[in-house]
Amino acid sequence: MMSNWIPLWLHKLGSPPTFYRFAGTLQPWAMTLALLLGAVALYGGLVLAPADYQQGDAYRIIFIHVPSAWMSMFIYAVMGVAGFIALVWRIKLAEVVAMESAPIGAAFTFITLVTGSLWGKPMWGTWWTWDARLTSELVLLFLFLGVIGLYHAFEDRRQGARAAAFLAIIGIINVPIVHFSVNWWNTLHQGSTVNVFGQSKMSWDMLWPLLTMTLATKFYYAASLFRRVRTDLLALEGGKDWVRRIAEDEVDR
Amino acid sequence: MSALQTFLAMGGYAAYVWPAYAVFFIVLIADTVAPRLRRRRVLMELRARLARQSVRQERKSTSTSPSP
Repeated sequence: MMSNWIPLWLHKLGSPPTFYRFAGTLQPWAMTLALLLGAVALYGGLVLAPADYQQGDAYRIIFIHVPSAWMSMFIYAVMGVAGFIALVWRIKLAEVVAMESAPIGAAFTFITLVTGSLWGKPMWGTWWTWDARLTSELVLLFLFLGVIGLYHAFEDRRQGARAAAFLAIIGIINVPIVHFSVNWWNTLHQGSTVNVFGQSKMSWDMLWPLLTMTLATKFYYAASLFRRVRTDLLALEGGKDWVRRIAEDEVDR
Repeated sequence: MSALQTFLAMGGYAAYVWPAYAVFFIVLIADTVAPRLRRRRVLMELRARLARQSVRQERKSTSTSPSP
C-alpha cells in the first residue's frame, strides 16, 4: 500500500504545473516564518544575549555567520542531490531545483566569507588567512559560481543544467572538507561551538538565537527557492497550456 | 550614554558588527528582488508571444476565407 501511493504522490508533485501551484501556496508561509523567526533571533542575539567574556560584543556576528555557513553547505548538498536526480532520471523539476539553488547558495557563501572577515579582523587581527576552513569555504563559493556560469554558458538550458549538475556532483567532495577542516588541519578558525549529539560549548542565552536564526535561514531558502523555481518553470514550459493560462490570468500583477 | 547609544556602540565593535549585519540583509534583499524582476520579465515575454500568435492566427483565418 505505502509503496504504491508515495511514488504516485511524488510523481505528481514533480510535474511542473502541480509544483508551480504547490510552491505558490507554500512560498508566502515560508517567507513569513523566515521573517518572524529572523526578527525573534535578532532580538535574542543582539539585545537579550549577554556579551562574551572573551570576545565582548564582537561575537554577535556569530548569529548570522554560523547560520549562513551552515546554509552554504546545506544548499550545496541539496544542489548536489537534485543534480544527481536530474542526471540519472532526467527530471526537469530536479534540474530547476539544482540550478536555482546555486545563486542562493552563492549568496549565503558570500555572506559567510564577508561576515567571517569582519569577525576575524578584531579577533585574529587579520581580514583573511589562507587556512583550511577559510580556503575551503572560498572554494565552495567558486563551485557555486562555476555551476551558475556553466549553466548559462549553454544555448540550450536543459543541456546547460545537465553539464552544471555534473560539476555540482563532483564539487560535493568539498562539503565534508569544509565541515571537518577545523579538525583535520591546524587552523586559526575556532572549532565547532554547537554540537548536535552532545554538550554545546555555548550558554543557552546565546544558543537559542543561533538555532532560531538557523531555522529562519532554512525557511528563507525554501521561500527563495520556491519563487525562483516558479519563474523558471514558466520560462521552460512557455509553450504549454498551463503557462498560457497563468500568463493570461496574471495580467494585472 | 543612553541605552540606545550603548547598544549601537556594540562594546567598541560597532565598526565590525553592523557592517556584517548590513551585508547579510543587503545580499538577501538582492536575492529576493532579482527573481521578482525576472518573473515580471518572463511573464511580459510570454504575453508578447501569445499576442503575436493570436495575430498570426487571425491573419491566417482571414486569408483562408473564400474570396467572393
